[in-house]
Formats: sequence, structure tokens, C-alpha cells
Amino acid sequence: AAGGVGQGLVRFPAPRPDSVYLPLLVTGGGGPVPIATPPTTAASRASGSREAGAGARHTSLIFAETMGVALTRAAQWTSAGSGTGTLEITPLNESLLNDIIKFADSFSSRHPQEAAFVFREPLEWKTQLDYSRFELGYEISGTTIQSEERDKDDQPLLLLSASTIRVRSFGQLSRLLHVAMEKRLKEAQACLEANRDPIVKILGPGYGTIEGEDMSMVRLLDRMKKDDDPDTEIKMKISLLLQQLDMQLLNSSLKRISQEVRLTPAAVKNEVDLLKHFSGEGENTVLESLEYTSDYEFSNGCRAPPWRQVHGEIGYLIVKPHDTDPLYITCSTAGVFLNGGRGKEKDDIDYERKSDIYKDLITLLRERSPKFVENMAKQDYTFFEEPTYEKHYRHMEIVDAEDLGQSQKFYDYSEKNVFEKTKSPPLKSKPIDKKLEPSLKWNDKAANKVMKEEKENRAIVPESKKKANILSPGPIKGQSVSKRKVSDKSDEISESSSESEEDEEQPERHQEGNTDLPSEYWQIQKLVKYIKGGNQTATVIALCSMRDFNLAQETCQLAIRDVGGLEVLINLLDTEEIKCKIGSLKILKEISQNSQIRRTIADFGGLQIMVKILDSPDKDLKCLAAETIANVARFKRARRTVRQHGGIKRLVGLLDCVPLGSANLTPHLEKDIEVARCGALALWSCSKSTKNKEAIRRAGGIPLLARLLKSPHANMLTPVVGTLQECASEPSYRLAIKTERMIENLVKNLSGENEELQMHCASAIFKCAEDEETRDLVRHHGGLQPLATLLSNSENKELLAAVTGAIWKCAISRENVTKYG
Amino acid sequence: MELNIITSIITFFYFTVNKIEVECLIKLFHTLVVEPSDRHAIVGLDRNTFRNILHVTFGMTDDMIMDRVFRAFDKDNDSCVSVTEWVEGLSIFLRGTLEEKMKYCFEVYDLNGDGYISREEMFHMLKNSLLKQPSEEDPDEGIKDLVEITLKKMDYDHDGKLSYTDFEKAVRDENLLLEAFGPCLPDIKLLCFVYCALQNVYVFKRKPGLQ
Repeated sequence: AAGGVGQGLVRFPAPRPDSVYLPLLVTGGGGPVPIATPPTTAASRASGSREAGAGARHTSLIFAETMGVALTRAAQWTSAGSGTGTLEITPLNESLLNDIIKFADSFSSRHPQEAAFVFREPLEWKTQLDYSRFELGYEISGTTIQSEERDKDDQPLLLLSASTIRVRSFGQLSRLLHVAMEKRLKEAQACLEANRDPIVKILGPGYGTIEGEDMSMVRLLDRMKKDDDPDTEIKMKISLLLQQLDMQLLNSSLKRISQEVRLTPAAVKNEVDLLKHFSGEGENTVLESLEYTSDYEFSNGCRAPPWRQVHGEIGYLIVKPHDTDPLYITCSTAGVFLNGGRGKEKDDIDYERKSDIYKDLITLLRERSPKFVENMAKQDYTFFEEPTYEKHYRHMEIVDAEDLGQSQKFYDYSEKNVFEKTKSPPLKSKPIDKKLEPSLKWNDKAANKVMKEEKENRAIVPESKKKANILSPGPIKGQSVSKRKVSDKSDEISESSSESEEDEEQPERHQEGNTDLPSEYWQIQKLVKYIKGGNQTATVIALCSMRDFNLAQETCQLAIRDVGGLEVLINLLDTEEIKCKIGSLKILKEISQNSQIRRTIADFGGLQIMVKILDSPDKDLKCLAAETIANVARFKRARRTVRQHGGIKRLVGLLDCVPLGSANLTPHLEKDIEVARCGALALWSCSKSTKNKEAIRRAGGIPLLARLLKSPHANMLTPVVGTLQECASEPSYRLAIKTERMIENLVKNLSGENEELQMHCASAIFKCAEDEETRDLVRHHGGLQPLATLLSNSENKELLAAVTGAIWKCAISRENVTKYG
Repeated sequence: MELNIITSIITFFYFTVNKIEVECLIKLFHTLVVEPSDRHAIVGLDRNTFRNILHVTFGMTDDMIMDRVFRAFDKDNDSCVSVTEWVEGLSIFLRGTLEEKMKYCFEVYDLNGDGYISREEMFHMLKNSLLKQPSEEDPDEGIKDLVEITLKKMDYDHDGKLSYTDFEKAVRDENLLLEAFGPCLPDIKLLCFVYCALQNVYVFKRKPGLQ
């Protein structure tokens, strides 16, 4: 048997190299339809012996099937059932079917001679057409319908009896399609399902598909030369036509498939992580919750059990939007769709697809939950300049709403500026949505005054801001999200020690598109290549050269991450090459100013390695590692990692240096002091977690901090007082600050030059002055005077807040009030 | 005679290496030197023995660099490192100031001794520093690029070559560039080892490859 028309499909695009490969074709019997099987087997299995004796009757659509061979590969068959497979209704299949129908439909008019050719065997399937449709050109007798057209043995070319239809020529196929009208799609599908290897039926087994080269043409040619059977010529033509169709189908399906989204486990993970940042309790989150059904992640990143991974499924999610029931969602390589949810036994998931396939999770949720769309708009408003989908709402703009938008917008701007100014001091604030309301109202009123002026400047107002506001139902609601970081001062101070999620809230932002990447991007990419592929010498040169870029700039920071530089830099830390480690840390220290970079460093296990480096005998290395840890440990998970890998103990160890303040220090000792300073910086970052405070205490950090507090240098004092101030939320520290005579130094530093230091001192006094003895100590050391001075002189809001707090607490003691007055 | 040498060396090096250390270095030298068969030959380490030491003890691998290190040690150019030269050289290794190390490194990298590190010299020294990628048309392209990167970073007067002034400026700005063109100083770990060995010269003797 030689290859047939469908043969092009054998070369159907090889599975893309996704980690999870969705087989295009799964048959009922299990395993892909073996295109390569000898035609007889394929034919008999698919369409069955039922037809054997049926003789020639015919049908219409079937001829479409010829190409069906092609279909076997391209089309997506479901796995359900046994025996004949069923074609899944997917956009791909539908378009294939339509192409086939078009071909069959026009066949009799375009190739009248070939249309008359009688099939070797009829195409046979169960039809749903009722008899009444068949009129002209058909003989109806009782329960059977025959075509008037007959072959030379006087057999009808189409025979319909007991809902089984048999078709034996393209002409009849064409006609049947006309008769079927709107049901043609169904018929074509039924036909293809029943006749899995139509070519064999049409032209005979010699034309079936076989593995390897397609020799059918050659053989046909040989045969044509040998005998003058006119049939052979027609067969040849048909075969050619079918091959042509085959190619056409192949092309169009290729086109479609190339447009399909292929999700990867990484993409799904990113999306889920992103959405998680915006989910949780409260009015303004996009979702109430978002969970994987399984905590276990396979090494390929999938969470679906292996037998489902075979189907391309990556994992399952339970999503609870604000406004609908929980959604059970399957993420697969083909896209995201709803599944049947969990059965009564909690572990069972009904894997069957229950919705359309969406290209990603956000698209699906947008379709399902109006609240999601609404809140997404607000989030975007907060974090992105120009949300892409906002265009949809353009026409919704209402004149009234514009004023509202204006006033809020003004408020946003002013508020934002304030925030940016006060951002640098590391006092952390919690999002306090409820408490915000009154102050917002006040702001709205205040803003109204300026509103008129603002209106004139409207041209400057970014469109997106306005629109986002209009989406929100009320002014307060619309704002609270953007104001998460604003809180009132007294609260800020008492809460500053709590774990801050500052970083956790920021969404991942990828560089958009590849179009206008800055030139730095390519240069950095090249340098990373040299670092990766070079020996120590080349690596050091490339590292030094990389430092010449403006690493404080986000473009460069993200470029390093995007070209895979972070991984390389962190790997260098794990080598024995001191110079490479130093060079790498110098870069990491700079770029870890960026919160996304911090996160990625933590993800790559950078903290663990840096903690290990703290044991190095090289002091430069220790300093750099501690400074980098200080930068990275600004979010909770990182702080936990530092603690869990013994980082706190080591950092406290760095604090141990010679008594400060002694004159003529050798360079050696100066280095030790620098190491201590870096250690204090790192502890400051880490001390924002309650457990770390405890760990610092247990590691013996308090006496060391007390010693460093005597330093004359502000750059040492700031992290030390910062740490103490942070830790003073714990009673044990408050006691220690009193007993270790630290109040004296804190008071002394109130009169320094450095505002940040003054603020931390004031804030430490504020926290410690709960205790009466401490209040007396403050007075005793002359702390009230500098506090009062600061209050009247300072413009710095943060400082004022801290000082006010301190005075407030001190005022609990009568003596203090008298003296102060 | 030995006492003389010690004194002169100590004076010469501003006491960067103390007396005991110098004694140890001299002892070490004598354990390393192969007794010359010819009585009139100069007592010292010839090129091969010296290279062997550099390789085994100080972990250097690059032939070209090792030759240059030998030349840098061998101040009087007699193809033999004498005891004075040995102590001088090692004192830079062990206790050299940045200044001394910069001078020494520049001498090593200035392959033809003309006072400049030229593009060609850089290319020579860096040519094995990148993993060859068979995919690239010109396998040397990466090296050439690396040379340009280095020049951009270090050539302050933009004359296309590095003078000592350029080199010094760049290294002071970024210490990592001290050994920009290949390791020619022993790294800290080895130094610790050598330092310990100085206390007990015999540890050295037992090392294979050293007689």
C-alpha cells in the first residue's frame, strides 16, 4: 500500500518544545491514531466492518473526509469513549471542517468529471437529517432514500436507510451538503468521525497512508503507463485534488495554531503570583482569594498530577471573586478554562472543560467577574500609568463625573508628592483603609477650592487617571487603594515596628515589548555573556565595566535581571574567587535598591549565600555582603530567610569591634568599624520582623549596640539608633535601653546635625518613655530642651511626628510638664 | 654575609617585611635552590624551577604570565632569581602595599617592557579568557571586544594604550583591576598557606615537585 492524500499530515508540525506537550490527537482506543498503520487496519478499525457488505451507497459530506486523513493529525480528537473518536468542537476543528465543506460543496461544479467517480467503498455514517429534506433527484420509498443517480451496476450513489447514510461519489456528497443546509457542519463531523481513513474508501487501499515516503504518485504514474484504464487517470486527479486540499488545510491549521497561546508553568505562576498581590480581604482587592488546589509543585513547574499533565494541564486554581461563586479553573498549555470543580470527596476534580478557553487567567476572570474588572481598573490606576484596556470605558465618561475626577486627581498628586518626600526614612506604615476615610473627606473639601484652577490645567491631566476614577463608585473607595501607604502620624509611629509589607505590594513590571530597548540593554547583555563565559580575568573586567553603568537607574537594573544577569551574579558569590565575589556584590548592592531585584535575589537563594559570606576572613567582602543584605531584607520573606540561615547571629557578630572613639586608629581597626557599621545596617533592615528582634537579643546584640551608640559618627549612629528604635517596640529592649544607659546617648544625639538620626532618637525615646524611670532619665540628661527646640525649628514632618510623640509620652510625668512649661 | 643581606633588605623595604620573615624567606630559598653542578654557576632559581614554584605553590597557570613574573623578579636580567631578588619579590607578594603591587603588576603586563600596555599585549594576555563559542564567526571577536571594554575603562588619556599613570588611576579607582590581565599575585588563601609555611619551611619541602 502506498501513501495517500493525507500524507502531508504525517509531517504535521512536530510538537512544540513546550515542557508540557498537548498531544494534538488522542483516539478513543488510546494512543494517537496511527497514521502510519497500514491503511487496512486503520480503515477497518475506524469505519469498521459494518460497512463491508454495504456496497455502494453514498453520502455527501464524507468526501470531505478525504482530507480527513489530514484531519487525523491536525484535528483535535477527544479521548472520550471507545471505538470511533469524536471530534472536539474547538475553533481549530471548526475551521478545518468548514474548509472541507467548502471544498466538497464546490467539487461537483468545479470538477464534474471527477465528481462522477464512484468510490471504492461508500462513506457511511449515522445521519441526523430527516427524510423530508430529500426531494428532487432522490427516490423515496418507505424508510429508504436512494439517489436517482446510479453507477453502472445500477446501484444508487446515495442510500439512506434507518438513519444510516452511504455515499459513493463526490457529486452526491456535494448534493447532500446542499440538502443538509444548516446541518452540514454536524454531518461533516459525523462523517469524519465514522470514516477515519476516507481516502482508502474512496480510492481503494492502494492509496492509504503509509509511513515514510509518499510513493502513491509514482505508483499511479506507473499504473497509468501500463494500462489505459480511464479510472486510473481520474483517481490520479482526485488524489491530486485531495492532496491539494490537504496542503491547504495544513496551512490554515498551521496559521491558526501559531496564533494560539501556549501557556507555560512559569507564565501561569507569574500571573497567579501577581494576582495574589492584589487579592485578599477588603473592598478593593481584585479577588477575595486565589489558591492552587495542590501545594505540591513538580520539578517542571506543573501542579497537575502527571496523568493530567499528559493533557497539557499545568495546574488547578480555586478563585473566589467578590461577586460570584468560587471558580474552579484549569490552567493548561492551551489556555485557561473552567473545570467541573471539586466533587464531594474533596480531592476529586472534575477535569472536563466547562467553558471556552481563554488565553490567560486575567482574561477569564475579566469575563466572569465584573467586580474584578472594576477593581483591576483601580489597581492599574495605582500602579500603572496606562492600563491597556481602559479604552473600553472611554465612551462611559460623564460630564458630572469629570469634576469628581478632577478633585481627586488633584488630591492624588499632592498626596503622592508628600509621600515621596517622606519615603526615604525607613519608618514603615501599614495600609489603613478605614482610618483613612475622614481625612480623605477633608482633603476632598480642601481640594475643591483648588479645583477651579485645576480645571484650567485639565489638558495636562493624564487621561487614565480621570477614567480610573470614574470607574469607582464613590470618591473614598476610589482613593483608598492609592492611599494605602498614607497613614496618620501617631499611628505610624506606634506601628512602625510591625512587619512591613512595603515590597510585597508592588507588582512585577516587565519591560514592555522588545521594541525600544535602550542601548544599555544590549551592552549589559554582552557583559553578562562575558561574565558567564569568561575566566576570572574576563569576569572581573566585565564586572568592573558593568559598574560604569548607572546602576541606580531602573532601566539598567531591570536590564541586568532580564538578560539573566542576576542568576550569574549570584552564582559568582558561590565560587572561590574573591575578586569575582567582590565585583558581583558591588553590583548587587547597587541594584538591590530596586524592589523587584530584591525579590529576584531572594528567589535565587542569594540571601543564603550572602549570609555564608559573612564568615569570610576578607573584610571588604563582609561589608559588601552585609550592605547587600541590608538592601534585600526589606521584605518579610527575605528577613525570615536571613534569620533561618543563621544570618542574625553572624550580623550581630560583625558589631563586635574595638571601642570606638579612640584616637589614631590603624587602617586595620578602621576596617573593623566599617564592618560593624555594615552589620548594623543589615540588622536595621532585619529588625522590622518581631522574631528577628528576639533573635538579635538572644545573639547578644544589645550590649554591642549600646557600645556602638557611643560612636561619634552619624553614619554609624543612624543604623544603630534605627535598629534600637525599631526594637524598642519590645519590652525587653525598652528595659535594656534604660538599664544599659542608652538614654543618655539618645538624648545627646537629639542635638546633632543629622535630621534622620534625630528622628530615630526621638522615636526611640517616644517608645521607651512608657516607663516612668525612663521619663525621669530623659529629663535628667537634659532631653526636654532639645526636643522642644526641634519642635519649633523643624520643617521635617517625620521628625516633627517623632518629636511630638516623644514629648507627649514624656509629658505623662508631672515633673517634665513643670520643667517644660 | 647573610646578615648583611637581611639588613639591606629590611632597610630597602621600609620594614614591610620583618626580620624574622626575611630569615624565613632566605631559608626557604635555600631549600628550593638545586645545588648547581658547576661550582662557578650563580646560585639561584633558574626559570624552570621558578616557574614550577609559581605553579605549584602560588597556583599560577598562564605560561606567559609566569614568564613575565620571572622577569619581574629577575631584576638584573641574568636569567636567575638570586636570594635578594627572591626576598624582594616575595615581600611584595606577602606584604606589598598597593603602590608596590601596582608597579609589579604593570611590569608583568607590559610584555615588551616599553612602558605601555598596548592593545596587542592586552589581546595576548586575554586571548584565553573567554570560552570559545563555535557559533561565532570570529572567535576572537569577544576578546577584541573585551580589550575595548578594558581600554574604555582604564585608558584615561585616550591614547589607545595604558601608561603606568592610566593603570594606577584605574586601580586606585577600582582595586579589582589590579590584576586586570591575569592573576600574577598569589590569592589570599595561598598567601595564608605560604605564611604558615614560612613558620615551618619543611612543610614546603614535602610538596611534590619541589626538591
